[in-house]
Amino acid sequence: MEVWALQIFNGISLSTILLLIALGLALSFGLMNVINLAHGEFIMIGAYTTYALQIAASALTGGPSSEVTFLIAIPLAFIVTGAVGFLVERSLIRFLYRRPLDTLLATWGVGLILQQLARSIFGAPNVQVVAPQWLSGGVALGSDLVLPMKRLFIILVVLVCLAGIYWYMYRSSEGRRMRAVMQNRDMASSLGVSTRRVDSLTFALGAGLAGIAGWALTLIGPIGPSLGTFYVVDAFIVVILGGLGQIPGTIMAAFIIGMLNTIFEFGTTAVVGKVLVFVMVILFLQWKPAGLMRLRTR
Amino acid sequence: MDQMLEIQSLSVAYGESVVLSQVNMAIPQHGVVCLMGRNGVGKTTLLKSIMGLLRPRQGQVTFQDQDVTGWPTYKRARAGISYVPQGRDIFPYLTIHENLLMGLEPVPSKQRGLEAVDEMYQLFPALKVNPRKIGGTLSGGQQQQLALARALVRRPKLLLLDEPTEGIQPSIVQEIEALLQELGNTGSTTILLVEQFLDFALSVADYCYVMEKGSIVLEGTAKYLDQNMVREYLAV
Repeated sequence: MEVWALQIFNGISLSTILLLIALGLALSFGLMNVINLAHGEFIMIGAYTTYALQIAASALTGGPSSEVTFLIAIPLAFIVTGAVGFLVERSLIRFLYRRPLDTLLATWGVGLILQQLARSIFGAPNVQVVAPQWLSGGVALGSDLVLPMKRLFIILVVLVCLAGIYWYMYRSSEGRRMRAVMQNRDMASSLGVSTRRVDSLTFALGAGLAGIAGWALTLIGPIGPSLGTFYVVDAFIVVILGGLGQIPGTIMAAFIIGMLNTIFEFGTTAVVGKVLVFVMVILFLQWKPAGLMRLRTR
Repeated sequence: MDQMLEIQSLSVAYGESVVLSQVNMAIPQHGVVCLMGRNGVGKTTLLKSIMGLLRPRQGQVTFQDQDVTGWPTYKRARAGISYVPQGRDIFPYLTIHENLLMGLEPVPSKQRGLEAVDEMYQLFPALKVNPRKIGGTLSGGQQQQLALARALVRRPKLLLLDEPTEGIQPSIVQEIEALLQELGNTGSTTILLVEQFLDFALSVADYCYVMEKGSIVLEGTAKYLDQNMVREYLAV
């Protein structure tokens, strides 16, 4: 029983990270119809930002100093990755709107370049971020069930991010502008909204969220230049299952995929588990091609 | 500055097919100008070109003595042009209130007061009943009122109105007619109205243009326009 409870808990924890990654993809697809294949590398940038901060801090203080830097790494990963996303949008993607196939190729290229860049700077082997002391151990529930502190902390951070996204989208004027552009781009610009600005900001926001996901992954295991590719495939499946560009659908789909992954992997092996998830998603999309939710247009 | 808006030999094409050819038009500082014509003669295309949603092949659009031909849409909106498209195009998943706030986008955020929004609620009491209602759930008439309010809330210099009476119940048509007459009389907003319904057009307009196959074929003061000729151009 306890083993299953722990698996479900791990599933939730994986789901929250997937959600953070998928939200960025869903935003840039919902707003600009851009399928961003470099999104996985944004995760990687967030992870290496965390690593670089740790290196820099221990060089400055002369010892391991992950206690405080680990918290500073959260906003830093968001800002650094967001800035990279902003640059990519400004320098490349905005010239390719209305050309989806070109965007696919171009963002894939950007992804390869970023991976190689990471390899050149940090080396090809995986590196490990040392988690602070207060995140080791866990919360004991019952005799055999111990929830790891690290995973609990990830869930907490993702919840804070979700609240932030909700506030941004539904309470701020910047978010109102973004939703308006999503619903009717021409009308929004006819009312005086600079749609280019909204595009850049949204893309940067999505990248920043991937950066925080990268930070979270440093708590779970070692990180390497191709860290993102592993997660971004699942994130794409989440976006498609949730209904393209649909935030509530994306949230539901993230939990479904995250749970299924964990449960199947536990019952079988990692590869068989993944295959089973793919089969289920494909069957579901045969039945409902638009995904869990669909934006009704008249 | 003699004219609010001037269009000089404007030509617009979708790919190979030319929709507007050599259109000239002048809209004075005050009043209501009406553009008439059958379906598909290019009226909506002309409005979209004024708004900058379509790029002309040649020609010039001048707004208040400034050449705006190369300006992006949002900049034209901020300069004082408001647009109510055919089919209203309200934001279906924003509330009534949020839709109205979108109308205030061109106003610099520091001067963005809510008095203007309240004024719109006075003008269109139907919107005031439940400002948190989602736009897409409104009836056609209410959507039209919302689209009008959204365009008027920032007190535009020029209002582009594309067939505001299409598919609307008669009582609301009368309200809109009264509103346009009032706007025309007070001179606060100049209006370019696209309309197929002749009686409605003549009751509110000061000056009329008639279009046929992408060109202006008839124009004149509404009072002295030969109604039979106009009817002929409008007949299907």
